[in-house]
Amino acid sequence: MSDKPVNHARAAEHFIEDAPHLQFHDERLWDMRQKRDAQMHILPEWQELREEASRIKEHTLSRLPEYLEQFETNAKKNGIHVHWARDGTEHNRIVGEILKAHNARNLIKSKSMVTEECDMRPYLAKQGVTVTETDLGERIQQLDDQLPSHIVVPAVHKLTADVAKIFAKDYHTDPNIRDPHLLAEAQRQAARPVILHADAGMTGGNFVVAETGTFVVCTNEGNADLSATVPNLHIATIGIERLVPRMADMGVFIRLLSRSALGSPITQYTTHFRGPQKGGEMHVVLVDNGRAARLGMEDFWTSLKCIRCGACMNTCPVYRRSGGLSYGAVYSGPIGAIIDPTFNERKYSTLPYASTLNGSCTNVCPVKINIHEQLYKWRRVLVQHHEMPFVKREIMHMAGKLMGQPKMYRAAIKATEVSLSTMPRFVLYNWLNPWGKHRENPHPVKQTFNDWYRKNRETAAKPAAAPETKK
Amino acid sequence: MPCATFRANRAEDEYPLMKIGLFIPCYIDAFYPDAGIATLELLEKLEQDVEYPLDQTCCGQPMGNSGCNSDAAAAEALFVRNFAKYDKIVMPSGSCTHHVRDNFDAIPQTDEVRHVRENTYELVEFLHDILKVDAFPWAEFNHTVGLHNSCGTLRALRTASMSELGEKPFSKPMDLLSKVKGISFATPKRPDECCGFGGTFSVTEEAVSARMGVDKVRDHHQAGAEYIVSADSSCIMHQQGCAERAGVPIRFIHIAQILNGASQ
Repeated sequence: MSDKPVNHARAAEHFIEDAPHLQFHDERLWDMRQKRDAQMHILPEWQELREEASRIKEHTLSRLPEYLEQFETNAKKNGIHVHWARDGTEHNRIVGEILKAHNARNLIKSKSMVTEECDMRPYLAKQGVTVTETDLGERIQQLDDQLPSHIVVPAVHKLTADVAKIFAKDYHTDPNIRDPHLLAEAQRQAARPVILHADAGMTGGNFVVAETGTFVVCTNEGNADLSATVPNLHIATIGIERLVPRMADMGVFIRLLSRSALGSPITQYTTHFRGPQKGGEMHVVLVDNGRAARLGMEDFWTSLKCIRCGACMNTCPVYRRSGGLSYGAVYSGPIGAIIDPTFNERKYSTLPYASTLNGSCTNVCPVKINIHEQLYKWRRVLVQHHEMPFVKREIMHMAGKLMGQPKMYRAAIKATEVSLSTMPRFVLYNWLNPWGKHRENPHPVKQTFNDWYRKNRETAAKPAAAPETKK
Repeated sequence: MPCATFRANRAEDEYPLMKIGLFIPCYIDAFYPDAGIATLELLEKLEQDVEYPLDQTCCGQPMGNSGCNSDAAAAEALFVRNFAKYDKIVMPSGSCTHHVRDNFDAIPQTDEVRHVRENTYELVEFLHDILKVDAFPWAEFNHTVGLHNSCGTLRALRTASMSELGEKPFSKPMDLLSKVKGISFATPKRPDECCGFGGTFSVTEEAVSARMGVDKVRDHHQAGAEYIVSADSSCIMHQQGCAERAGVPIRFIHIAQILNGASQ
């Protein structure tokens, strides 16, 4: 994997140039945010639910090893095989071995962000396993060879026409279809035979319940249930942070999840998997892949509370105007920007800067992750770890020095005013001035406030008592 | 004398005599001096003992927000030297207040520093919560305005209710503006959406920033606003630049100017 920092700004610029896509993307996600708001207003206990969800998750994370072992013990009693994967490589090897033992060549799967983290599909392809995504959006992304651009609606950056084009190539449908129902039907027709003849099914898991040794999968298309139950072999890949202690906790999370994500009261399908079906086998692969290390990060461990609802993406004005792919990572949007640097600090060093720190993400988060404060803290960490471009670092260094020296500072302000009022337009608005690319510069003024005060207030305050330090 | 009307509604000893230090952020000093002058005049009309230390520069926010916290130390130290002697520090800027109050930690946290951090107020907060001003008899603004709450005032200082939380609606800036004669309000479709300034974000993420700005000013314009009024000139500077380039006919004014009696 290349360590070259993701150029979010350039990718976003590219995204913005395409007006129809930009407008659809922004409005579609804003609509989800508004539907979420409407659900919130229906429930007077919304803030209590958030507080409770946060509390349960923080408690669980603080005793993660105990609860993981409790889950393992109880899951085994239910006849579930439990595997532990330290990282993506181990995960892929484990899955590959299970499939090989069953001589399984065709795997159908529902959405799982963890398998994206592990880059599983290319690994299995090399082993001769055909992987078919059954979630509509995820399938579109698979056919287009793109990462999901959103953790709940993976193809939200595409218009109907884009999907029609992709399906025409792979399913030989009419590229001019503009009726989403017809496209959904095309996917159904293409997917059903694959599902019926699959050797193995894979799902993710939204929640893992320690006391019962069971896990819960929430979807809207029913594709996870088909993937899990049509073949006799079901493998579930789940991050170790997905635990809750008790079945009774599920009520809190189920009430929050879909309301936060899509603004619907509950997902169409909420399936509790309690053990293998008759004559079948069920495997759960618990994946660490950096989570245990993240748990040890004082400022960032609460990012593990995330239940992957995507509400922070829907509300994020930057995400809505740059698209998930611009983040160049498995996880995009505000939550991605605080998780991704834990996978690769250099590569994702730009993402905490893809934010205005406006704080809307923190307010919508159903488990109360202080996302925008973590973005702020990540910037400090990245600068300490020398992951800021040299020029920007130097500018900040010089600015910091200047701000400590009032006389030099006054001279600099004067120079700015002079250049704004005397420089020709082509000098003020060139490629060296990103501000002026799509914006006018502020207007020069006759006198600064400082000048005005000196002239207009006789008893002007005296300079600061201590002499200014020269550096 | 307008102050008489103000005084008529108040007991003489309702709040203790305070010495106020006025901080005028760099972009107001350089580009929006009228907002600074209005802030000073307004506080003077309200019979406050206000001083503006001449050797002030910046609160350290640009360095702090960029993650270059150690580079904020000189600005923060100077800020404390300038303002430690005042009872209250008032500034017409939500984001600078947020920095001083919540992130001002590049220097050792001495008693002086803590005093400064605990006694720094954004202008609207100060008028609303400390002075509890109930009238601006000198103010009349016969225009339709759209209120832009900066994210600093909204989500950090919490001077208004936030749409994401579903809390009971309140707005300190709206409370104050409602006391101005002749003013009317336009409500944009996305009142809480960030305008995209974001400090250095406006340059490093220029395309997204400008797009957010254009969307913001269009939203206000389509709602019927003649002016966008805000307690933050940094948002105004950005939005004005976007509006002028995109040809959106809308004007900008700092809340201090309206409360101080500007007519346009």
